Amino acid sequence: MTWVWTNRDLIVGLTAQHLLLALPSIVLSLLLAVPLARLTLRAPAARRLLLGTSSVLYAIPSLALFVVLPGVLGTGILDPLNVLVALTLYAMALMVRTASEAFAAIEPDVLLSATAQGHGRWQRFVAVELPQAGPAILAGLRVVSASTLSLVSVGALIGVQSLGTLFTEGYARGFLLEIAVGIVATVLLAVALDLLILGIGRATMPWAGIVQRAGAVA
Amino acid sequence: MIAALAQWFGDASRWAGADGIPQRLVEHLAYSALALAIAALIAVPLGLWIGHTGKGERIVVLLSSGLRSLPTLGLLTFLVIVLDVSLGQVLIPVTVVLTILAVPPLLAGCYSGLQAVPREVVQAAVAGGHSTTQVVTAVELPNALPMMIAGLRSAALQVLATTSVAAYVGLGGLGRYLFDALGVQDYTKMLAGALLICALALLTDGLLALLQRLLTPAGVRLERARNH
Repeated sequence: MTWVWTNRDLIVGLTAQHLLLALPSIVLSLLLAVPLARLTLRAPAARRLLLGTSSVLYAIPSLALFVVLPGVLGTGILDPLNVLVALTLYAMALMVRTASEAFAAIEPDVLLSATAQGHGRWQRFVAVELPQAGPAILAGLRVVSASTLSLVSVGALIGVQSLGTLFTEGYARGFLLEIAVGIVATVLLAVALDLLILGIGRATMPWAGIVQRAGAVA
Repeated sequence: MIAALAQWFGDASRWAGADGIPQRLVEHLAYSALALAIAALIAVPLGLWIGHTGKGERIVVLLSSGLRSLPTLGLLTFLVIVLDVSLGQVLIPVTVVLTILAVPPLLAGCYSGLQAVPREVVQAAVAGGHSTTQVVTAVELPNALPMMIAGLRSAALQVLATTSVAAYVGLGGLGRYLFDALGVQDYTKMLAGALLICALALLTDGLLALLQRLLTPAGVRLERARNH
């Protein structure tokens, strides 16, 4: 345990780098996937293309994508940007599907009554569609957050620093504690971020439980 | 870069020998298949039981969502060092990790597939005189098959991807090209390896997607067409 204390700066630094790669990917995927999912909702061909691309993208192993991206983006192989872009693409692949299904699941009658009450398209999106689809999108975001945080570590294999560095260093030195610290830190980060997302959800969507229950009944 | 890649793939020596593409591909598939087979032996009976009885579903959901945040690379390096195996035995910890990854999606495919079978269909089968075994094999299983294959699909993708990572701890397979090239900064070889890994994953995904469609019973397809 003394190792943990003497190396606290290293652990804190790697945790920060881990978050610096994961958080922008998670937020970006949400900001990009929700509009994309909504815009393609009434255009079957575009929706099929979007969901098809997502599922192909999702099939590509992360290690391979980390290596291919520098060739596509013109970045260096060690550039953290490769990992950031790859993680954003994976997160989007998951989010796009969840968001698209969430918007599609809204009862047509609800939309009709909103229109009948005089909501414009944008107003209806903000005041009716987003609140209805929100809980399912939030559930998808929790999955994305957990899988992104655990994927970041793979970047350590090609030299991009994160908590995964504790795995490669620990493995190279045959030092079990270092690996264990990395695993525990990753899981703790995932739990913390999950609680944060849940908290944001409860604060902004107090109706989430009601919508889900109503959905279960329907 | 494309010319360099073409040259790499065009070199006849890449297609033969212990470090040749066919050999690496066979290794990759063999490690993956071994883990998937073990995982299926565990997950299919358990998943059918959970789906049929409705027991234990909460624990499985909790376990698989907990597993999602567990970093694979950490688990892999941890096990290799804990088990203290020689390079020749590294397949053991790798198979353990791959199996751990493959069980949850297979399990989920099985029990959610069974649960998606409408209760009336099962009740009708029972009323028609089917025994429990007959209900499972003749009614629940064929109806659940497409979702079970969907589970296999996501398990296979996870396993193929992680097998590439396993080259890091000294295993063979297509990941070898990446890690052998990383040390000597041979980007062409790395890229070639990455493209091979991508191709294998996409091909597997496509084939299983096709299988999923073919195995959907005609009755289920009809029902879906009517609902849409």
